[in-house]
Amino acid sequence: MMRRFAYMYMLLLLLIACGARPAAAERLVVSLSNHRVQVTSNFVGEDLVLFGSVEPDNKQSTLRSSYDLVVTVTGPRETFRTRRKGRVLGIWVNANSREFVHVPSYLAILSNRPVTAITNEETRLRLQIGLDNFLLPQRIGPDIADTVRNDPYRVAFVRLKSDQGLYRESAKAVTFLTPTVFRVAIPLPAAAPTGSYAIDVKLFAGGALVARTNSALEVIKTGFEQYVADAAADYGLLYGIATAIMALFIGWFASVIFRRD
Amino acid sequence: MQIYLPIANLPVNVFLVLGMGLAVGFLSGMFGVGGGFLMTPLLIFVGISPAVVVASVSPQIAASLFSGFLAHWRRGTIDIVLGAMLLIGGTTGALIGVWLFTLLRAVDQLDLIIALSYVTLLSVVGVLMITEGLRAINRARHGERADLRRPGSHTWIHRLPLKMRFKRSRIYVSVIPVWVIGWIIGFLGAVLGVGGGFMLVPMLIYLLRVPTMTVIGTSMLLTLVTMVTATVMHAAADHLVDAPLALILMIGGVIGAQFGVRAGQNMRSEYLRLLLGVLVMLVGMRFALDLVIKPDDLYSIRHVRGG
Repeated sequence: MMRRFAYMYMLLLLLIACGARPAAAERLVVSLSNHRVQVTSNFVGEDLVLFGSVEPDNKQSTLRSSYDLVVTVTGPRETFRTRRKGRVLGIWVNANSREFVHVPSYLAILSNRPVTAITNEETRLRLQIGLDNFLLPQRIGPDIADTVRNDPYRVAFVRLKSDQGLYRESAKAVTFLTPTVFRVAIPLPAAAPTGSYAIDVKLFAGGALVARTNSALEVIKTGFEQYVADAAADYGLLYGIATAIMALFIGWFASVIFRRD
Repeated sequence: MQIYLPIANLPVNVFLVLGMGLAVGFLSGMFGVGGGFLMTPLLIFVGISPAVVVASVSPQIAASLFSGFLAHWRRGTIDIVLGAMLLIGGTTGALIGVWLFTLLRAVDQLDLIIALSYVTLLSVVGVLMITEGLRAINRARHGERADLRRPGSHTWIHRLPLKMRFKRSRIYVSVIPVWVIGWIIGFLGAVLGVGGGFMLVPMLIYLLRVPTMTVIGTSMLLTLVTMVTATVMHAAADHLVDAPLALILMIGGVIGAQFGVRAGQNMRSEYLRLLLGVLVMLVGMRFALDLVIKPDDLYSIRHVRGG
């Protein structure tokens, strides 16, 4: 009895799935110009390019005439403290602070036109489209939660990150070369933290999300920079001794070549 | 030419940093000081985080001190015994300084303490140097001889117990003030990223009556060892020493110092002291302004941890 029910239920689900599939169904095909960004000693930032096209999901489905695209790139998650200076005894000191827990160290929300024109507010909130709608949880007392958009600490955090080029919202970064082929410019500033970055590509048509895909990239320090950073982090004591020896050597060398007595 | 600093995590212009090394090295050679009190503020003003600056300036000061130290060593103008006694205090001070540095960083008040200490220290030392320099210039103009310290004039410092004879410096003094002075210099060096020579030399002259012959070499012994200790400790405890940054500064510093020494030899010492005093004052005032004037941006972000 139970088994028959289960079969029928599955059949029903299958029917719904087939029936619910719209005539226009599309999928996204994307390709990134470079999956591994290497930070070398002359790294001054890099612009990555993501190419992609909208494809029909199967032979029967057709494509619509126009699409919108929103690409969200999130860097490695980290915890930051936003501090506010206040006047104490006549001098300006860090008086208050809020901790932003597990938030992206890099965040870019890139689209072909302003996100407010692409979809309605409810969808933007649900899909975290736009810097205003992206969840930036703060530690408030024992709780961790996002606050209202105009919370001064949140505003300051987003502004400071934007000043560093690490947070950005651009309505010009996505270009449709043809109605179905697009190009996305992903700007990575020199200060881009190392680690893995997630790329979330969302396709909209008529204000509704119609397809979604993911990609990823990695920012790594290479060669000498990586070596120095690793050594400093993992072998602090040895690194310190090596630096001290280097200092003494330079000092000795200088005293030899500039010897006057 | 930009170079990416792996610990400070930002690109800087090599020639800018090299130029700063040259300029500070020039002044340090001219005045016979390590130059940390100038280098640290300069790098902070460039935009490198104060914590990384303080940690990375230590090896640079060590390099410039070591070349000076070797010159004094060859001339035999170092009081090893006095230096060793100062070091007992100095290394302890540096260890505690690094510990406090880590603690202050954790509670977000490191930048403030660095700024406040600079204001206090530089203003006091600057004022003392300027008045002393002006007095010396005045004396020179009236043709008087400098007021030499009479060997018989004793202060309370000379009544302290645990006296010890320092043969090379020809002084007989308690080791307690020696330890305390060493401790203060080591501590300030670790917290502020200064060698402390500009404070140590006057202290040794006025408090302990160390003769001018051995004072510079001996002070270099202490500041050299505290800076080496601070480098190793900062690297081990805070992982903040940016070796490439330190290397560029060192190269600029040692070259600049050579020209500075030559320039200094052509100047009257009392004018040199006055000039150094003015310079110290100016740096102190710059820090004070930053603290008193309402900042353009009240907010700042600090990276707490990954994940």
